[in-house]
Amino acid sequence: MALVLTQDETMLVDSARGLLDREAPVTAFRALRNSGEPLAWDRSLYARLADNGLVAPNVAEADGGVGMGIAAAGLVMEQAGHVLAAAPLLSAAISATLIAGAGSESQRADLLGPLVEGKRVIAPALDEAARHDPDRLDTRAEKAGEGWALTGDKTAVIDGFDADAWVVSAMADGAPALFLVEKGGSGLTVERFVAVDSRNYAKLAFSGTPAVRLGQGDAGAAIAAGLDVGRALLAAELLGAADEAFGRTVEYLKERKQFDRIIGTFQGLQHRAARLYSRLDLARGVVLKALRAIDEQDADATWLASLAKGTMTRLSRDVMMEAMQMHGGIGVTDDHDVGLYVKRAQAAGELLGDDHFHTERLAAGKWGL
Amino acid sequence: MATQAAPTLEDFRQEVRTWLEANCPASIRNKPRGMDTSFWGGRNPVYPSDDHKLWFERMAERAWTVPTWPAQYGGGGLDAAQGRVLKQEMARLGAPEPLSSLGIMMLGPALLKFGTEEQKLEHIPLIAQGKIRWAQGYSEPGAGSDLASLTTRGEDKGDHFLVNGQKIWTTYGHKADMIFTLVRTEPDAPKHQGISFLLIDMAQDGVNASPIRMISGNEHFSQTFFDDAVVPMANVVGERGKGWDVAKYLLTFERSMMGESIGGAAGKTLAESALEMLGKDGLAREPGLRGEVTEIMMETWGIQIASERLFDQGKAGQVSPFSPNVLKLLGTELATRRTRAMMSLGGFDNLAVDGRDAYEWLQAPPNCIAGGSNEVQMNVISKRALELPEHK
Repeated sequence: MALVLTQDETMLVDSARGLLDREAPVTAFRALRNSGEPLAWDRSLYARLADNGLVAPNVAEADGGVGMGIAAAGLVMEQAGHVLAAAPLLSAAISATLIAGAGSESQRADLLGPLVEGKRVIAPALDEAARHDPDRLDTRAEKAGEGWALTGDKTAVIDGFDADAWVVSAMADGAPALFLVEKGGSGLTVERFVAVDSRNYAKLAFSGTPAVRLGQGDAGAAIAAGLDVGRALLAAELLGAADEAFGRTVEYLKERKQFDRIIGTFQGLQHRAARLYSRLDLARGVVLKALRAIDEQDADATWLASLAKGTMTRLSRDVMMEAMQMHGGIGVTDDHDVGLYVKRAQAAGELLGDDHFHTERLAAGKWGL
Repeated sequence: MATQAAPTLEDFRQEVRTWLEANCPASIRNKPRGMDTSFWGGRNPVYPSDDHKLWFERMAERAWTVPTWPAQYGGGGLDAAQGRVLKQEMARLGAPEPLSSLGIMMLGPALLKFGTEEQKLEHIPLIAQGKIRWAQGYSEPGAGSDLASLTTRGEDKGDHFLVNGQKIWTTYGHKADMIFTLVRTEPDAPKHQGISFLLIDMAQDGVNASPIRMISGNEHFSQTFFDDAVVPMANVVGERGKGWDVAKYLLTFERSMMGESIGGAAGKTLAESALEMLGKDGLAREPGLRGEVTEIMMETWGIQIASERLFDQGKAGQVSPFSPNVLKLLGTELATRRTRAMMSLGGFDNLAVDGRDAYEWLQAPPNCIAGGSNEVQMNVISKRALELPEHK
């Protein structure tokens, strides 16, 4: 599909932007952060997003979703990135992909409907190391009566604190598999992790915790698909956040006066801004290409997801550095919003692999270097 | 023109593939692209080889030298999608462009947009058939980045202009038959509004060009001197005094093209070259170099996607006016980085004075300067895209 938005996608973007601007401005996120509320996201906002079909729009119509593909989910994430909307959109889209990829027909029917309706929060629990390493899978699943029991530890669980359930990867019969663990299960410890970006994270510990296996057999492909989706969506969110931080910085350059002149008239600053504009323009194409490739099951989709995540991690870091620098002292105070974008970009950059991770993944995997 | 009946794009692709395989001589396939290995047409044509001549003649017969130009002016009449298929199939086979020409890359699109019907009928078929070799005359010794300050002047003599002045960086000026050029014809008008876009025949006593030798050793550029050169009034493209608009339109083609042409040996990526030259073990011993190769590969992919997106935006009528500036800035910088990495991969042997990698390395930096220096691109972006104010 073409690297321009369809009419439906444009409408979706407008609807998402309108809703988020009205109900989730950055001030709302700041208030949530200041409240110290452990959930760290707003249930009523999430319900409104779900009402408008903006939660996991990639879920197929047959599974109870709107079937607009990952491109649509990415466009929503980009808008969420603009306002730093705290809602479990990312975890919903990843979990939906894992469930759709591995689950049986009845599991898909049972789980995906309530997920897109925003009635149940299901968080993906894949990582086990502080630095993203998807090849590391030490959590074990063993048969326990009719079901299974999990033992092991998970970290970097996005929206994992106070979730209703988790989709957990574990080794079963010598192959990777996916399991659903319900809240309150025995032998389950959920530890809240408070991060710089004030979002919801958890670390999980399983000790013979009862679990339901999603489908049967090797779930390696479903996990890989979930990772691709998560990486492309994070790239889209970073694009929105970087675009916003950059736009605010350019506006500041037009207002701030020093040496009796608007600082935006200094060519030293103009050229730095022009360079960021150019890189953002290029990155917008890369992110859309990755989203489209996933929807089209392009053979390069997994590499394009890495290209997008690697590119956006690095670019958003550079944008945030410049945003702070060009704002001067005010930009590094807690009162100013720039800091909120800086922190979110760092966290979103880290999740599911940073620029170094994806550069290496492409070097070894795509190009055989 | 024989392809009009093709019912689907896939049929068209098959037909093109078969025809190219039958008609593109094997000896000229998969050769490194370069100004010196191309056919440039003109009144005194010089073919790099007999097979290049054969290839040019076969393609010119189908007007596939300019596949997407309108058929009524001698173009191939293909639509954009078919033109793209032809390009893809030529790349797949490693077939070179049959005719390299500033007439095709630059003047033709400007004539199609701004030219009179007479100008189109006169010049476009000659461009398509490679009969006239064109040069571009914009820059002057005193007007580089500040192009609009140019002083070459055209004096109104009723039915013609008398042109005097000097141009520099005229691509192949010393080999061209005609030159499209910016000349100040309205000396009292403001800087940008006194310039006309003139077509000048170089085969006259009043026009003289001499080549400039570049750091790569090539002599693609020249200085061109106008000393009472005669230019008929009919050779003004667009309105008199509005040559700046024509030039700006034309520069967008040059900039996109420079950004998109990231160079390299035909069909071989930097990663493939790196593996061939150093092997996996060699690269593992030098993680810095391996990382540099990977980053360049990633950025190259990004430029390719940008180019694909530009095409899609064009079809949808959603092109950003600043895409050419972005592509030019990032594309030419990437080319310098890429060619420098090739130098590192080849080590001492790549220092050979007649080496292809050395030649490409020295060819890359001029592109960061030509077509509006990259600093000019950033000025355009900051002033027009970002609307940052100017210092008063």
